[in-house]
Amino acid sequence: MLGNEGIAHACLEANIDFASGYPGTPSSEVIDTLRVQQERRLYVEWSVNEKVAFENALAAAWCGLRALVTMKHVGLNVAADPLMTSAYTGVTGGFVILAADDPFAHSSQNEQDSRRYAHFARIPCLDPASVQEAHDMIAGAFSLSEEVGLPVMVRPTTRICHSKSDVALGPAGTEHREGQFHRDPKQYVVIPAHTRVLHTKLNAKQRDLAVRLVELGFNTADVRGKIAVIASGIAAAYVSEVIPEDVSVATIGAYPIDEEWLAAFVRQHDAVVVVEELDPVVEEVVRQVAGDIPVSGKKNGYAPREGELNPAAVAGILARAGVLAESGFPAPEPVPDLPPRPPILCAGCMHRAAFYAIKKAFPDAVYPSDIGCYTLGLQLGVVDTTICMGASITVASGIAHSGEPRDVVCTIGDSTFLHTGIQGLMNAVYNGATMTVVILDNRITAMTGHQPNPTTGQTACGVESVPVSLDAICRACGVSFVETVDPYDLTATIECLKVARGTAGVKVVIAKQPCVISARRAGVKRKAFAVDADACTGCRACVRFGCPAIEFADEKAYITDLCAGCGVCAEICPAGAISVEVKQ
Amino acid sequence: MTGSFDILIVGVGGQGTILASNVLGEACLIEGRHVAGAETHGMAQRGGSVESHIRIDAAGGPLISPGTADLLIAFDLLEALRYRHFLAPGGVMVAAEQIIVPTPVFQQKLAIPTPEAIIERLGGIELCRVDAAALAVEAGSILAQNIVMLGAASGFMPLAAGSLIKAVMRCVPPKTVAINVAAFEKGMDAGEACRTA
Ligand code: SF4
Ligand code: SF4
Repeated sequence: MLGNEGIAHACLEANIDFASGYPGTPSSEVIDTLRVQQERRLYVEWSVNEKVAFENALAAAWCGLRALVTMKHVGLNVAADPLMTSAYTGVTGGFVILAADDPFAHSSQNEQDSRRYAHFARIPCLDPASVQEAHDMIAGAFSLSEEVGLPVMVRPTTRICHSKSDVALGPAGTEHREGQFHRDPKQYVVIPAHTRVLHTKLNAKQRDLAVRLVELGFNTADVRGKIAVIASGIAAAYVSEVIPEDVSVATIGAYPIDEEWLAAFVRQHDAVVVVEELDPVVEEVVRQVAGDIPVSGKKNGYAPREGELNPAAVAGILARAGVLAESGFPAPEPVPDLPPRPPILCAGCMHRAAFYAIKKAFPDAVYPSDIGCYTLGLQLGVVDTTICMGASITVASGIAHSGEPRDVVCTIGDSTFLHTGIQGLMNAVYNGATMTVVILDNRITAMTGHQPNPTTGQTACGVESVPVSLDAICRACGVSFVETVDPYDLTATIECLKVARGTAGVKVVIAKQPCVISARRAGVKRKAFAVDADACTGCRACVRFGCPAIEFADEKAYITDLCAGCGVCAEICPAGAISVEVKQ
Repeated sequence: MTGSFDILIVGVGGQGTILASNVLGEACLIEGRHVAGAETHGMAQRGGSVESHIRIDAAGGPLISPGTADLLIAFDLLEALRYRHFLAPGGVMVAAEQIIVPTPVFQQKLAIPTPEAIIERLGGIELCRVDAAALAVEAGSILAQNIVMLGAASGFMPLAAGSLIKAVMRCVPPKTVAINVAAFEKGMDAGEACRTA
C-alpha cells in the first residue's frame, strides 16, 4: 500500500477520533484515505487552510481525543502560529501533526525542512525511514504525545508518502473517547503571566524527552568498527543498502537527540559521517558533541544540502568520506537533447481558456498568480509570480501600488482564494488598489487529487453542504464589480474582462466551470471536436493555444481522442475549421 | 545491489503507470514477496513525464539508482530514451511502439526524433518492442495499453504469470476485468515472441 495509506491505517489502529487537514502533495492521501474508509467511525474534515485545520485538531486534543492534523511542509508555515504556542499549552489527548516534506520539490515551491520547525517549537519530531516504520511510528507518536503532554510531529518525506510497500497492519481500534473540555485558564489562556510559566515547563521537559526517545527505540546505535555513519529518515534506508559490515551505524528516527547518548557513540570512533536529506539538522548536533573527532557531511561539502538522496548518491558521499573505496554505482549520463515533457493543463481545462481570454483582454499586463493546476499557465505566458498560497492578490496590490504603469491582473483558484486569498482582497479594496482579480473557480481542489472544498457543495465525507458564494464573499469585501463568466464562452469572457479593465478600483471576474476531470467523473459527456482538413489553413492559432488534444502534421492541425469537447479551439480558429466531430 | 529485482516503469501522466505498479505490487503480495516502490503524484501527473520504481525483494529504500534497473518498461518510446540511463548493463527494456508528442513540440516547433532514431540512440540493449495500442484495441479498449505492456514484460520478471493475472483482476475496475485479462494475455504473447526471436 501507499505510505500515506499505511499512515492513515495506523491512525485507525491508534484509536483516533478526529482528523483534519488541508490538501498538499505529498500529504493529501492520508485524509483522503480516512474520509472514505469504513473500518472506524471518526470525525474527518478538509479544512479551509492549515491554520484552521491545526487549531481544530488541537482543540479536539485539548478535549481529550486522539487527533491528527495533516499538511505539507509549506502548510506548516500557515499553521506556524498555533504550532509555536501549542507546545506551551500542551495537550491531553494525543495530538499528531503530520507535516510531509518534499525534498527535490517534486510538487512544491520550496524544500524547507520541517525538523527545524519541531526544534523551533520544542516538540518531538519522528522521521521514518520506511513505509513500515512510518506506520509503526504513528502508534508511538500518539502515546508519546499523551505521555509527555506535547504535540508530536511526524515528518515523512515524498519517498515515504508516495512509496508503496507491503505493510504489516494491525486491526482498527475499537475504543472511542467523548470530548470534554476541562476549564484551566493557566493552561489554555496564554496571557503573559501564564505563558512565562508554561515556557519554563516546556523547557524543563526537553532533557527527559531526548532520553526517552532513545529508550523508546527511535534512535539506535550499533558499534561495528572505528568509523561510524549516522543517518536519519529515509537516508538511513539508503545507507543500509551500501554500508560495509565493519562500519558502525546510528539511526536517528526522532528529535530532540539525546546529546549524551550521541556523544558516547561518537567518541567510540575515529571518524563520523552524517547522511541526511535537506538541512544538516543531525550534523549540527554531531559536530557539537564530536570534539576533535572529524565529522563529514554537508558542512565539508561531501553531501548536498538540497534535493533528495538515493542509494547511488549515498554511496558517493561515503566514497568521498573514505568509508567506501569507491561508490560502486555506475554513473550513466542521461541521453541529451530530448524534447521536454513538462506537466500541462488537461485537454479542456477551463484554466487554459481563462488564461487565453486574459491575454486577449490584457495583452500587456503584469500577471501575478497562485498555487494550483493553473500555475501551469506559466507556459501560456500569463503567470508572472507564484510564491505561496493566496499571494496572487497581495502581490498584485503591492505591484499596483508600486507605480507600475501596466494593468495588474492576477489569477487565483477557488480553493486558494478560500485558503488565504480573501484577506488580500479585503486589504486591496480597503487600501484602494486598482487591479483585476480573476478567480478560476472549478469547484474543487484539483491539483492535489480533487478534494472537495466549501465551493463544492459537499464535505470530506460526502455530506451535502451549502456551497459558499464567491460572489457574495467578494461583495462583502467591498468589491462592487463582481461578474461571473463561463470561460468556455471565450467571447463573453473577453468582453467581461475588457469592461473590468476600463473600470476603476478592484474588479473581480469569477471564471466558473468544473474541472474536466471531476466533470467527467460526475458523468458529464461533451461531444469531441474535429478539424476540417480542407478548411484548415495551417495557421497554428489552435496549436499555440496549447491544448494537448491538438496536434499538427503536414501543415494541418488535427484533434486526437484526448479532446474533452470544451469547444474553445473552435472559437479561436480564424478559418472556422473546427467544429463538433461528425461521426461517419 | 542488494539482490533485488528492480523494475522502472516510465510513461506520460495519464497512461496508467500507477495502476501498472499497483498490479506489480499486488502480484508480489500474492507471492509473499517484499516489495518497495516509489511513484510520481501531484503536478507532474498532468501529462508530464512520470516514473514508477518497483523493487522486488529489496532490503533498503524504494528508489532505483541510475544504471541499476533490471527491467525498464516504457509506455512511450520518447520516455524510453529519456530514462534509458537507468537500465543496468545487461538489463532488458520493453517499450511501446508509439510516441505521444509533447505539446510544447507543436507549440514551439521543436524537433522530435523518429522512432528509428530513438531505437538507434537506445544503443545495443535487449529491447522488446510492443504495439501496445493495437493490442489493447484488439483486447477491447485502447485504455488497456498499460496492462498489455505488463503482459509483454511479464516473461522478463521473477513473478509467475498466474500471480500477475490474479493481481490484474484485483486492481482494475470490476467492469473491465475481462478486457484487461485479454490485454495482459495479448501482451504476454508479444513478449514471448521477443524472447524466442
Ligand atoms: S485537473 Fe482539472 S484543473 Fe487541473 S489541469 Fe486538469 S482540468 Fe485543469
Ligand atoms: S474542444 Fe479543442 S480545446 Fe477543447 S479539449 Fe477539444 S481539442 Fe482541446
